[in-house]
Amino acid sequence: MSQTEEPADGEAEPEESPARGVDYDAIEGLLGDAVVSRETHRNAEGFVVRADRVQDALSSLKEEAGFDHLSNVTAQEYADRFESIYHLKKYDDPTEEVSVVVPTPRDRPVSQSAEPVFRTADWHEREAYDLVGIEYDEHPDLRRILLPETWQGHPLGRDYNQDKPQIVTFEEHENPLADDHRDADTMLVNIGPHHPATHGVLHLKAVLDGETVADVESDIGYLHRCEEQMAQSGTYRHQIMPYPDRWDYGSAGILNEWAYARVAEDLNDIEVPEYAQVVRTMSAELCRIAAHLLALGTFCLDIYGDFTAIFMYAMRDREVVQNILEDLTGQRMMFNYLRLGGVVWDVPEPREEFFAQVREFLADLPNRIDEYHDLITENELFQLRTVDTGVLEPETAKEYGVTGPVARASGIDYDLRRDDPYGYYEHLDWDVITDDGKDNYSRLLVRMREVEQSARIIEQCVDLLEDWDEEEREIQANVPRTLNPEPDAEVYRAVEGAKGELGIYIRSDGTDTPARFKIRSPCFSNLQALPEMAEGEYVPDLIATLGSLDIILGEVDR
Amino acid sequence: MSREKPRDDIIDTTAPQTKTREDRMSEVDSRFNSTLREAFGSTPFILTKFDSFMNWVRGSSMFMLQFGIACCSIEMMHTYAVKHDLDRFGSGVPRASPRQADVMIVPGTIVSKFAPRMKRVYDQMPEPKFVVNMGSCSTSGGPFQQGYNVVKGTEEVIPVDIHIPGCPPRPEALVYGIAKLQERVRNGETSPVTVKPYELEQFGDLETDELVEKLADDIDEESLVMRYNWADSP
Ligand code: SF4
Repeated sequence: MSQTEEPADGEAEPEESPARGVDYDAIEGLLGDAVVSRETHRNAEGFVVRADRVQDALSSLKEEAGFDHLSNVTAQEYADRFESIYHLKKYDDPTEEVSVVVPTPRDRPVSQSAEPVFRTADWHEREAYDLVGIEYDEHPDLRRILLPETWQGHPLGRDYNQDKPQIVTFEEHENPLADDHRDADTMLVNIGPHHPATHGVLHLKAVLDGETVADVESDIGYLHRCEEQMAQSGTYRHQIMPYPDRWDYGSAGILNEWAYARVAEDLNDIEVPEYAQVVRTMSAELCRIAAHLLALGTFCLDIYGDFTAIFMYAMRDREVVQNILEDLTGQRMMFNYLRLGGVVWDVPEPREEFFAQVREFLADLPNRIDEYHDLITENELFQLRTVDTGVLEPETAKEYGVTGPVARASGIDYDLRRDDPYGYYEHLDWDVITDDGKDNYSRLLVRMREVEQSARIIEQCVDLLEDWDEEEREIQANVPRTLNPEPDAEVYRAVEGAKGELGIYIRSDGTDTPARFKIRSPCFSNLQALPEMAEGEYVPDLIATLGSLDIILGEVDR
Repeated sequence: MSREKPRDDIIDTTAPQTKTREDRMSEVDSRFNSTLREAFGSTPFILTKFDSFMNWVRGSSMFMLQFGIACCSIEMMHTYAVKHDLDRFGSGVPRASPRQADVMIVPGTIVSKFAPRMKRVYDQMPEPKFVVNMGSCSTSGGPFQQGYNVVKGTEEVIPVDIHIPGCPPRPEALVYGIAKLQERVRNGETSPVTVKPYELEQFGDLETDELVEKLADDIDEESLVMRYNWADSP
């Protein structure tokens, strides 16, 4: 129930019942004596659960109440306690949410791990341990994930001293030809952190048996640039908005900004004018096209192995989108275009020229897409490389909290633009694309079809904007200079980013900066499922699978 | 193709030789008209210092390291690709292996975990090598300078020749930066090599302090380590 939504369908106001249509009393009954108390977050009710009963609580929510999507795990430190929050949703209806809050004492921050219930909790809890310092009992592999192994202290904890020096080791990755490996059947291959196929600075430790991948482990954190710390030290009104552009930097800037805009508008009860919503929707979908084109270009770079025509074509088309976005926002990549309560300025004058430019791009797009289909999807070699490789079953995908095009290519019909509507999407005519192929090929296909749908959305937005009465072009709501949301309000909200569900949790403390700002990155969860797809496949298929996941390391590591 | 007469040139006249010589001395035959030819003039010799020649060669054919770190690398890809096409300027073939590269463009934020790796990649490049800093992150830490994990600029770790400001710099800016680098290389200018705050050392060689003592059990004496110091770096 965001403020960005039309008051339609007789849904209740946020203050009265945070999440729509969930019977929280029944849930409280279901959880029984695991629950200590209950608190109300803006988006859902939070059940405070005993630290040794986490698994019971989560598995009854999952098995009996149908909350099968562990969207995010937020860890934070209060003056008197640590707290882990498990944000649960349903894949069938993401508006049904519930939070499980697990407090632990400061002197012994240990709680039960959720990993046996939700596989995706593995990485989330490792991150919580790394950055905040909560330990999880029964966790299969609790070690640092983002920071180097030898790091001292937990940087998002309260008494962390940033001025203390640290020592970072530069250990050779294990040598696969060391003596004790000589007789073994397997061989360890390090891919990355500097490698053209990893799309950034990702390190994969792959154990090969012949040419088959026996085991693969991702080592991330080579681009952990403290996004959460940055956001926690910025003010709500202006200082946070530039950072989202840099999470998923594959030109998905406005989609990310919208995630922040949505959560902050919810927190501060800001209503966004309808005109601004249409402009937002249009610009966000332009970003999605640019991001998907980048995914397509680099995926083909992985498959064909060189800077060939397809990559160049994708770049050429991206240039066109970037020019449009530059005219609109003033920057090619780091748009910083949304503001709380609207957008920073209206579409550029002369409007006709701008719209003509957009229309020209849209008119050209079908030809371009046909061309891509000729070059890529109808190419037999490409089909041989991608069809039936990197298969991800929908059940596994749900276990890992996979979202976005990757989930939709596994047949999971889940798109927050439709299922948890925001912006202007619900008034427009477009389809959610799914495919049952579950393999690398379908993931590419879904992205290409989504480009077509985005084009449909943009076209309708342009129609609307062209006819909008000049007097009523309100681009921003009246928002105070400083925003001080009431203390201890907690909210978790997500939007459909280019890579999937991009969520943000904010806790306010009465000042003009957030006390805790947690980013739920879709790439982080998607990448975690890589072993499920790649193990048992050939090495080149591992590379193809990684490419088809379309991860952006800035968003994985944040 | 038999001739009725034997070819006249060798037998009874010296005209062809004279003609050739005259050609050489006067106008350049249009088929060979090139700037190089013009520079050579009538003689097949040029006089230059071997050093200058090498610098000219070096600056005119630079292989870039295909090295993507963060957001700036997307703009770097655009610079390599159609429209901006860095290759036009004699410097644009991205090489995947550092051992084949001359220039390293550093397009992104360097964090503590990556700094030693970047140093290793730099060390693997053959001499002479050049570094171009792309974007404010690699210049100073950029928007993330306050981050607990961020190295405040590439220059803390490796020597840098050119800084290109921007977040991200436009492709045109990158092209300009590379052109400037080529100019410097042609003029034989290099950046002074100074000692960097972040150096790889053996753990055993570190001065013992509280932190080293604490880590003594975890880290092998001989492993290479890098000190990360957020507060004391500029
Ligand atoms: S300078 Fe800006 S665009 Fe470049 S890596 Fe840093 S944050 Fe990204």
